Amino acid sequence: MKFTEEHEWLRVEDDVVVVGITDHASEQLGDVVFVELPEAGTTVSKDDEVAVIESVKAASDILAPIDGEVVEVNDAIVATPSLVNEDPMGDGWFFKLKVEDLSTLDDFMDEAEYKDFIG
Amino acid sequence: MAELKRTCLYDFHVSHGAKMVPFAGYEMPVQYPMGVLKEHLHCRAEAGLFDVSHMGQVLLRPKSGDGADAAKALESLVPVALMELKEGRQRYALFTNDDGGILDDLMVANRGDHLFLVVNAACKADDIAHLKAHLSDTCEIEEINDRALLALQGPAAEEALATIVPGVTEMSFMDVEVLESDYGDLWISRSGYTGEDGFEISVVEAEALALAAALVDQGPVELIGLGARDSLRLEAGLCLYGNDIDTTTTPVEGALEWAMQKARRTGGAREGSFPGAGIILKQLDSGASRRRVGLLPEGRAPMRAGTELYAAETGGEPIGHVTSGAYGPSIERPMSMGYVAIENAEEGGTIYGEVRGKRLPAIVAPMPFRPATYKR
Repeated sequence: MKFTEEHEWLRVEDDVVVVGITDHASEQLGDVVFVELPEAGTTVSKDDEVAVIESVKAASDILAPIDGEVVEVNDAIVATPSLVNEDPMGDGWFFKLKVEDLSTLDDFMDEAEYKDFIG
Repeated sequence: MAELKRTCLYDFHVSHGAKMVPFAGYEMPVQYPMGVLKEHLHCRAEAGLFDVSHMGQVLLRPKSGDGADAAKALESLVPVALMELKEGRQRYALFTNDDGGILDDLMVANRGDHLFLVVNAACKADDIAHLKAHLSDTCEIEEINDRALLALQGPAAEEALATIVPGVTEMSFMDVEVLESDYGDLWISRSGYTGEDGFEISVVEAEALALAAALVDQGPVELIGLGARDSLRLEAGLCLYGNDIDTTTTPVEGALEWAMQKARRTGGAREGSFPGAGIILKQLDSGASRRRVGLLPEGRAPMRAGTELYAAETGGEPIGHVTSGAYGPSIERPMSMGYVAIENAEEGGTIYGEVRGKRLPAIVAPMPFRPATYKR
């Protein structure tokens, strides 16, 4: 699993990348009450605002961590936003991206580096 | 920026795992480990304890010794009838300015030979200066600096407080009393800022920690932070000074006519003679061009403060904006309040809030969004 400075995690499943937010991000956000996801089929570029998450505290944008095509989104977190708090690294995933070159993921932090990053 | 102040319960909050944030010049608990959503629901289901010691507590003592003289003096600064306020009762009031704007909102309690005022933290220095500038001829204005203020709110509040001061069970909504306890004399009002039955309790600082601990030690009582305090008061349709009302909004625009009794209105026994009376009485008689309304977004996206409001899904200029907006944990949907042009203020109408570039529908809805459970 890889991690971004935006507190997203990326996990390669077959030829797609599953994206979600980290435990740390979920704790910082507080209780999530609203999630808006892109439509499957959307082509995104790195740092595009692809999803919105609202907690009891504030709205935050979820950025595309990498260029790719959204091939699937997790409608379960739209119906039940609290899933993002309950299981951010599992059932609370956001979307799956099909990317050209999986090797670009090598640039992101691994778990140890992310732990150092969040202190 | 001036150094942040701390209430006498700062260490208590930290030891209970509070996340402290700057608020109105104080470091205050925004949430505890339970989190905003669960704190909100707990307060509605059982009871919540809030530290509101940052708020200003002020005594207004008439130099004549006759409490009616303090009420008469304070009436010159508020569009509210205080002469009729009975001893042992409290009333909501507003300081207005010469333009009809609102300088602060406050609670006024009649305690016999004097009045007790509770004002907002961010406004308290200005409020006290305002009182001193206008009422010093007839009243002594004393800021209370050695007492903490706690709010205990929720259906289990009465039972929890009654273990400490049994007399509170006799009190009704907006009653005020001074009751003796193991924690010194407690200045108690049956009121609050959540829409729940509950109490606000002024206690000497030396006893505040012991009282807070004794309340929290009771099973149903949990500490609640500013985060849940905000969603609780918004569900209850209550204004936050600085967001929903301020010097640019009049009491009529703010839909606070209920706070202005007949005696101070046109044709009343003590008509006018408060700052901004010309503008405010005219608006009371013939209406204002905009009004604070409740809004229930039809979708699930919250419409937060600053969201521009429109009459139609496309085109046109904004008809107003949202002043408070959040997710309502008890009503399980987003809720907002804001100002709209009077033509769009009718309940049941649909207007549109622009959220992230999209105009989303919202129903103009009556407030409170959740019925209050005051003990009348």
